[in-house]
Amino acid sequence: MNPLFNYTLKLADDTLIFGQRLGELCGQGPYLEEDIALTNIALDYLGQSNNFYKYAAQIQDLGKSEDDLAFLRLEKEYLNCQLSELPNGDYANTLLKVYFFSVYQKILYTELMKSSDEQLSAIAEKSLKEVKYHYTHTSTWIKMFAGGTEESKTRLKNAVENLWEYTGGMFAETPGEEDLAKLEIVPNGKQIEELWKKTVAEDFQNFGIEIPESKFMQKGSRTGYHTEYFGFILCELQYMQRTYPNCAW
Amino acid sequence: MVNQANLLEILSQIPDPEIPVINIVELGIVREAKMVSDNEVEIVITPTYSACPAMFNIEEDIVKLFKEKGIQAKVTTKISPIWTTDWITDEAREKLRVYGITPPEKGNHEDHLNVPKKCPRCGSTNTKQISRFGSTLCKASYQCNDCLEPFDYFKCH
Repeated sequence: MNPLFNYTLKLADDTLIFGQRLGELCGQGPYLEEDIALTNIALDYLGQSNNFYKYAAQIQDLGKSEDDLAFLRLEKEYLNCQLSELPNGDYANTLLKVYFFSVYQKILYTELMKSSDEQLSAIAEKSLKEVKYHYTHTSTWIKMFAGGTEESKTRLKNAVENLWEYTGGMFAETPGEEDLAKLEIVPNGKQIEELWKKTVAEDFQNFGIEIPESKFMQKGSRTGYHTEYFGFILCELQYMQRTYPNCAW
Repeated sequence: MVNQANLLEILSQIPDPEIPVINIVELGIVREAKMVSDNEVEIVITPTYSACPAMFNIEEDIVKLFKEKGIQAKVTTKISPIWTTDWITDEAREKLRVYGITPPEKGNHEDHLNVPKKCPRCGSTNTKQISRFGSTLCKASYQCNDCLEPFDYFKCH
């Protein structure tokens, strides 16, 4: 398969699945303003995924639409990282997950803007503005949790322990990605990972949170192997298209 | 009669679906407008936010408006150069304020993090942020500590 298609698809899948997951909180958020904030972020993710799917469909050139790619693939064909599909959990867990992802996206898009591929560069530049805002929002909250009550500190600590082993999956590469990086079409994955670790370490020090000592990282992201939660989220995501084939808004 | 000279004027009749006091030209969404032939126009628009639902309406509105004049409009969406709130005209900023929405500052949002926003009603800068996100992707919610009214702030983007 075309490496550029794989790569674009992984960015599209990340944002689609994360958007779907966060969207579950619509009407369920911890309080009105945060409910709106989380669904705003979810909507940004869905918008970004739409742009990436459109481009992926164009690269694939099989006459498929962005909707076909988003709604009509099988579980193993999705290349999203496992972090994006994990359950929302409590508020600290949700916010930390979005924080980890925002740091990743901020670094990724900043680098991807330099891509020699005009379309990827344009989508990256557009999305970066949105992601910076998500980062501001979530890092403010994480800092507040870390400096808050015993309850908020404990919950944040649990969230860090719960999510840490999935963070490495964000940097897992798709087939052919290394070659694309050599051609400077996409950023170097290792470099993104280093920058991510550095930023999170600095932020954590500033927040007063410790990074877990365990070096264990879940494998399987971006290979089509997903967590046990993925089948359920996909089921809900694809329900309308499978029940009413070709339905359009 | 539709001609190259009045294309933008015609497009100015289309309001933003979510903020009807400003139109798509002063919002900076229309990037190019040209007559291809006597009965065909080509319009290039730039999306505001990746997921702004208003973009679908705007595209339909453009096609409909020209169809009423017997002209076929081809609408193309172009991401780059990316849309920025800096493109909103001064006139439109004032319209936003009168409507009750504090217009966006110029530049990046990070440069204005701790700058108080001005209440669109009484002009006080003694205001507080209620939520970083609002009813639409482009807005945040604030409240004035002097006149106590809540208001929307159009985020700089």
